[in-house]
Amino acid sequence: MNEAKEQGFKIQTSALRAYTMIAALGLIWIYFHWATGSIFLMPRNLSNLMLQTSVTGILAVGMLMLIVSGNIDLSVGSVLGLAGAIAAICLTNLGYGLLPSILAAIAVGVLIGVVQGTLTAYFNIPAFIVTLGGLLAWRGAVKGITKSETIPIADQTFKSIGQSYISPNIGWILAAAAILFVLFNTFRRIKTIKEFGLGEVNLTKEVLKSLLPIGVIIIFIYEMNAYAGVPIPVLILLAVALLGYFITNNTTFGRYLYAIGGNADAARLSGINNKLNILKVFALLGALTGVASIIFTARVGSAAPDAGVLKELDAIAACVIGGASLMGGRGTIFGACLGALIMASLDNGMSLLNVRDFMQEIIKGSILVAAVGLDMVGRKQN
Amino acid sequence: MTLLEMKNIVKEFPGVRALDGVTFDLQTGEVHALVGENGAGKSTLMKVLSGVYPYKTYSGDILINNKIEQFSNIREAERAGIAIIFQELSLVKELSVGENIFLGREPSHFGVIDSTLLYQKAARLLNDLNLSINPRTKVGNLGIGQQQLVEIAKALSQEAKILVLDEPTAALTESEVKTLFGILEKLKVRGVGMVYISHKLGEVFQISDRITVLRDGKTVGTNETKNLTVEKVIALMVGREVGDIFPKISHEFGETALEVKNLSAFDVDNPNKKLVDNVTFSVRRGEVLGIAGLMGAGRSELLMAIFGAWNGKTAGEIFVEGKRVEINSPSEAIENGIGFVTEDRKRFGLLLEQSLLDNLTLAALKQISGAFLTHRSRETVAAQNIMNLLKVKANSPLTMTNTLSGGNQQKVVLGKWLLTNPKVLFLDEPTRGIDVGAKQEIYAEINKLAKEGLAIVMVSSELPEVMGLSDRILVLHEGKLTGEFTKTEATAEKVMARATGQN
Repeated sequence: MNEAKEQGFKIQTSALRAYTMIAALGLIWIYFHWATGSIFLMPRNLSNLMLQTSVTGILAVGMLMLIVSGNIDLSVGSVLGLAGAIAAICLTNLGYGLLPSILAAIAVGVLIGVVQGTLTAYFNIPAFIVTLGGLLAWRGAVKGITKSETIPIADQTFKSIGQSYISPNIGWILAAAAILFVLFNTFRRIKTIKEFGLGEVNLTKEVLKSLLPIGVIIIFIYEMNAYAGVPIPVLILLAVALLGYFITNNTTFGRYLYAIGGNADAARLSGINNKLNILKVFALLGALTGVASIIFTARVGSAAPDAGVLKELDAIAACVIGGASLMGGRGTIFGACLGALIMASLDNGMSLLNVRDFMQEIIKGSILVAAVGLDMVGRKQN
Repeated sequence: MTLLEMKNIVKEFPGVRALDGVTFDLQTGEVHALVGENGAGKSTLMKVLSGVYPYKTYSGDILINNKIEQFSNIREAERAGIAIIFQELSLVKELSVGENIFLGREPSHFGVIDSTLLYQKAARLLNDLNLSINPRTKVGNLGIGQQQLVEIAKALSQEAKILVLDEPTAALTESEVKTLFGILEKLKVRGVGMVYISHKLGEVFQISDRITVLRDGKTVGTNETKNLTVEKVIALMVGREVGDIFPKISHEFGETALEVKNLSAFDVDNPNKKLVDNVTFSVRRGEVLGIAGLMGAGRSELLMAIFGAWNGKTAGEIFVEGKRVEINSPSEAIENGIGFVTEDRKRFGLLLEQSLLDNLTLAALKQISGAFLTHRSRETVAAQNIMNLLKVKANSPLTMTNTLSGGNQQKVVLGKWLLTNPKVLFLDEPTRGIDVGAKQEIYAEINKLAKEGLAIVMVSSELPEVMGLSDRILVLHEGKLTGEFTKTEATAEKVMARATGQN
């Protein structure tokens, strides 16, 4: 009976953590809205905020999966710079088309992921060291191939990936599709619960549960359309987050990542190929870094030698604020995305308030440590 | 002279009364053994004594030299002359022997350590104990046995009057045990009182003056060792006749399920040294094959090597159901129908911070779900079924694994492997650290599985367990197969003789 009680409490605390984070985000938004004289939550600024979240968010999704497996990648900022520079060189200097340039950027990310993953998994060099080396080396490579100069991009289609919006009507069509998907999932869940005899189905509860995401979808599209429509980078982030959610929750690969991070010995003895899975997740993060680099470069409209500096820390911070453990085995895509949104909200809000640069950094750093500290205190009490 | 008295100690945890009016005393210059099954309350009692559980979290009195003591932390207990040597060593491996002995109490001038004096004092101390250990050696370079002796030296340097030894010989070789006992005899003469906790009753009878048996948090009896016998003590420990635990079940054997020929496993660090040396054996369907041997005999290494999980080089041939197979990784072993309930569930078996479901379906995930996508509902059904089958006490498959008791955790590891539908099941120390009730359930399950036609290979350090469950017993000594007995032939004496390399 004792165990039963603890169990009930545990479930509550993990849900509690998600609610706490949403509440924290809500408080941050309300505060900024009040402090900026009702500018923060205007459609125009929200659109901007989402846009700012997109690059960090995409990196955080990949980083989360790597952190869950008990590893870390400090090189994503440099890899982002390198992949972006290669896309720009392909487009501007070599005159390759749009698609080859995009694929080149992603291929660079994957290749670097494979190299760093191999060194970590098969040569037993700690990921921290491998990617710390990568942080330096790939940045050097960026400077080398750009000759330390910014490469401008003229291709309008490429730039539109980072700068344009989808039309409001298409936005609503996507919203409708998303709502149908939510309903379909609810329906399917009810069906499997019945089919496998996993307990009683509470129909009202199920309906209420699906109302929340449907409401969020409608408000989101409405707000975005009130300005210019959903920004393309945000659409890409949503797709990536959905993919990450699917991988972590619905694939054997995702489950193995949690097992490896939770107890590498137990995972290996249960027949899991730890090394191969770690290699794969490095490659996956590399691919997502390539995607992020395209958005980043397209938004700015050029590839600078210092593009992406410190981005790795934003991505790691997003994961950690979202409840991921750097020891591995724990963390969610939802949390990482929420973490990225919190980070971007702080950036955005403080810029609106004209908080001086140095102060912004101090505040962000303090919030990161405080968030993890609170989490630890909460954990200890259990 | 009475050194220590513990009167009517009661210690409660939420929902459990771990100590229920325990009374215990210690005279100067005696070794008082404290025995009992796991979970009987031995460790809890010693934690009360040493201030790990401070005054007021328990009730009852502790008297040292007839004076009531109320420790609020470990420091205070140390100052009163109590030293505990825990099972897990608490030495800093990167520091020298001398530095470890005086850790936190280094002779110093204005914060600068006087190394010369430190090593002089350490050398004198080690000399007093007849230990030929250089105080400047790094602790990490010593064997476990010598580390244990250093730990004792450390306790004595604090002028401990009461020394608690918790399973001190678990990792010691026979000669090291002799050295240890020599030291204990010496300490007796000096008037040190010692509490000796051990599962090894042979040693308990050899070294102790008195024995106290604990069961379910109560003192069942204290008597002079010379008035007791091993059988009597065991009967007191379990509270019933030993025979009950191992139901006499005769298994019917089928065809040979697993055959191993000339298997060797080499040391990872020293590729010339064989940890498993040319072992050949087979096990049939429905048979329980026990593997006995002392620590370091190569039992776990043997299983690891067959399972494709040994990190070093291996050699030999493996046949599953008569067919030669190559097993280079655990996943290939699983594909060939071998399951492996590994030892030390916390280290090798479980994802403690994840749910029971995540643990139970891990090894069979691709069988239950599919190669790429997981299937949550099918997993839930499979997990729930195996939990019902093994009577895992937990709310639901989503319960966190670390909230379960040791016995239930062990069942989860067993369940994980049963879900892979093995033909051959390896069990390495399947009942270590779990209570008698859970042990019995696991024994019954092993018998049931054998009856259903599973071939079982079981490694255990508990001789009664190996003898009670196995149809046949193999004995390993220094990596070599030194004996084989059928259930009827085997006696504890014969098995021990082979395990220690005698004939």
